[in-house]
Amino acid sequence: MKLFTLVTAGIMTVAAPVAAQTDIQFWHAMGGRLGEVVEEIATKYNASQDTYNLVPTYKGGYEDTMTAGIAAFRAKQQPNIIQIFDAGAATIINAKGATIPIEDLMAEHSGGFNGEDYIEGVRYFYADSDGKMIGMPFNSSTPLLYYNKDILSKAGIDAPPATWEEFEAMAPKIKEAGYQALAQSHSPWIFSENFHSRHNLQLATGNNGYDSTDVKILYNNDEMKMHWSKVKEWLDNDWYGFYGRGWGDNQDAFVQQKVAMWLGSSGSFGGLSKSAEFEFGASYLPYWKSIIEEPKGTFIGGAALFAMAGKPDEENKGVADFMAFLTSPEMQYFWHKETGYVPITNAAYDLAKSDGYYESTPDAEVGILQLSQPGGEWTKGYRLGFYVQIREAMYKQYDNIFSGASTVDAAFDAMEEESNALLERFDASMN
Amino acid sequence: MKRVQFEHSPIPYLFVAPQIIIIVIFFLWPAAQAVYQSFLLEDAFGLSSQFVWFRNYSDTIFSSAWLQAFGFTIIFSTLVTFLSLGIALLLAVKANEVIQGASTYKTLLMWAYAIAPPVAGLMGNLMFNPLIGDLYGFMNAVGFDFDHKLDPYDAGFVVILISVWKQVSVNFIFFLSGLQGIPKSVNEAAMMDCNSSTRRFWTITFPLLAPTTFFLMVINITYAFFETFGIIDTTTQGAPGGATTTLVFKVFQDGFRGADIGGSSAQSVVLMLLVLVLTVIQFRFIEKKVHY
Repeated sequence: MKLFTLVTAGIMTVAAPVAAQTDIQFWHAMGGRLGEVVEEIATKYNASQDTYNLVPTYKGGYEDTMTAGIAAFRAKQQPNIIQIFDAGAATIINAKGATIPIEDLMAEHSGGFNGEDYIEGVRYFYADSDGKMIGMPFNSSTPLLYYNKDILSKAGIDAPPATWEEFEAMAPKIKEAGYQALAQSHSPWIFSENFHSRHNLQLATGNNGYDSTDVKILYNNDEMKMHWSKVKEWLDNDWYGFYGRGWGDNQDAFVQQKVAMWLGSSGSFGGLSKSAEFEFGASYLPYWKSIIEEPKGTFIGGAALFAMAGKPDEENKGVADFMAFLTSPEMQYFWHKETGYVPITNAAYDLAKSDGYYESTPDAEVGILQLSQPGGEWTKGYRLGFYVQIREAMYKQYDNIFSGASTVDAAFDAMEEESNALLERFDASMN
Repeated sequence: MKRVQFEHSPIPYLFVAPQIIIIVIFFLWPAAQAVYQSFLLEDAFGLSSQFVWFRNYSDTIFSSAWLQAFGFTIIFSTLVTFLSLGIALLLAVKANEVIQGASTYKTLLMWAYAIAPPVAGLMGNLMFNPLIGDLYGFMNAVGFDFDHKLDPYDAGFVVILISVWKQVSVNFIFFLSGLQGIPKSVNEAAMMDCNSSTRRFWTITFPLLAPTTFFLMVINITYAFFETFGIIDTTTQGAPGGATTTLVFKVFQDGFRGADIGGSSAQSVVLMLLVLVLTVIQFRFIEKKVHY
């Protein structure tokens, strides 16, 4: 007993200077270079003040991080801040009492919250149906078209396609030059969710799922079926390359110059700059002129930071303080420059502009310009439960379309049925 | 009639206690939790919970995705078990006959044993990478229109190949030691009666090897059902079109990726029952044919 007291006393003395600080646990899903940048942000934050000590922990991929957070919450060991990706938004936001809305937290603890500060296309994705921001958009990206300048000029093409009609006209030339025209890394995100935003189409009932959990999916529409019939045609013509489901598999095909163009994320910019040994450019996500004359903006992908509930006030204050730090123009600009993710506030965007960043690297601005394109009724995002499983159902049917195992019509019927069964189940789990 | 009572010493119970405790903590308790969760419908964070009887079971088991996974699991497990046992037995019999450099030969065959399934999967994935994979290039060069990203049979071939490759070495070790345990005299006696080595193998060696084979069959079926998860996760991830999704992988997808705890619990309970039935069949019917 004496020994124990001694040891504890010893620990207390050693820990005393640190104990004055409040630890803020932050679980994230940023690996590799992105993880390093997160660490740098934490270091900067901890150096900027001495009340709080932000402790970032890498928990694996997006799904792993979400699962870890769920398990921790159930065991009452949750972190203060958790990064949750777009497809998991419905899971965490609909679980009433799992998080504290970021807007409330910041309004209470860090001198107010002004929705106007945030960029239009970023603002509403993680908000509730009244527009109250629940999660703080963190790594926000949007789908872009990257093109290999050498290949396009070899094929005698001056500019990347703005529309899919233009793409269809140039694909044969690219094939003649000996390349596949296009590859793409995330069919649910780029060719489904953002397809709807770009063409201002509704993707689910109940205001794209923001208003209720009792909703049905609307992917089984003529525009989608037309698009996917076309993509299948492109695949058969060898205009389109399918290198597997993995994000990297298709990006590699672009880096290794097998395909002339690649649809990826604005967040891929930093990685591509390092790995691509050719000149490439970035451009807007193409659209079908036959569907919409003036395309709408896309919405963001990536993930947001959520403040988990059930933590002492002292720590919540720290979370709000960190959010204020993170959304400062300087930090957003730093994050934007280091990773390629878009800045989420207007002030940060202005700072990047005034700093001349886009004059030296004009491609880095494409993502944010696309997000700032006029919004429509259906461009703020979507909120659907069990969306990870729905995406799985989508992948499955897109495989079937590509392999010819089912027709486009049958594939979308099956996808609709499976998705709606999942949505119904999710709705039941919320009551 | 009064039964004779002996005084029991508590000491034997003390000795088995650690094992019992481990089984209770790491098997019985989680299994009971899974059964309990399988009757609940909850949001992921467990903030609202309702008892729904068998809804989780009916929702998953009658879904086309689960039935597809069930079908694939049966075919996959049968093929993996049969092939990895067959190939290992052939290799073991041949290795047993090698006289020159026998130990080198055996060591080389045992190597793959040390490789964890996810690592085997990663290596296989590289070899079948459409951009840089040698095996992918080879398959297409020899005239197969090989495309495991879209063709369900090609994808099945890839996961089965890697799963078998990984398991052959384990089986090989057991078969080899089994073979070495068969007394030489038995074989020599058989040689007097029968000149055909194939016939001698099936009538003498194989029956004598039956305990090993039976044990390995149980182990291999479990391997094919559960441990191949790591291989599937690192190669096809259940694609294309869900064609290589095994039941365990689906439990993982729904529970650990999709945060549907009730649904995936129900699936794992069904899986547990399935394996239980399989094991009972193995011990009741097949083991009867095994002579120790």
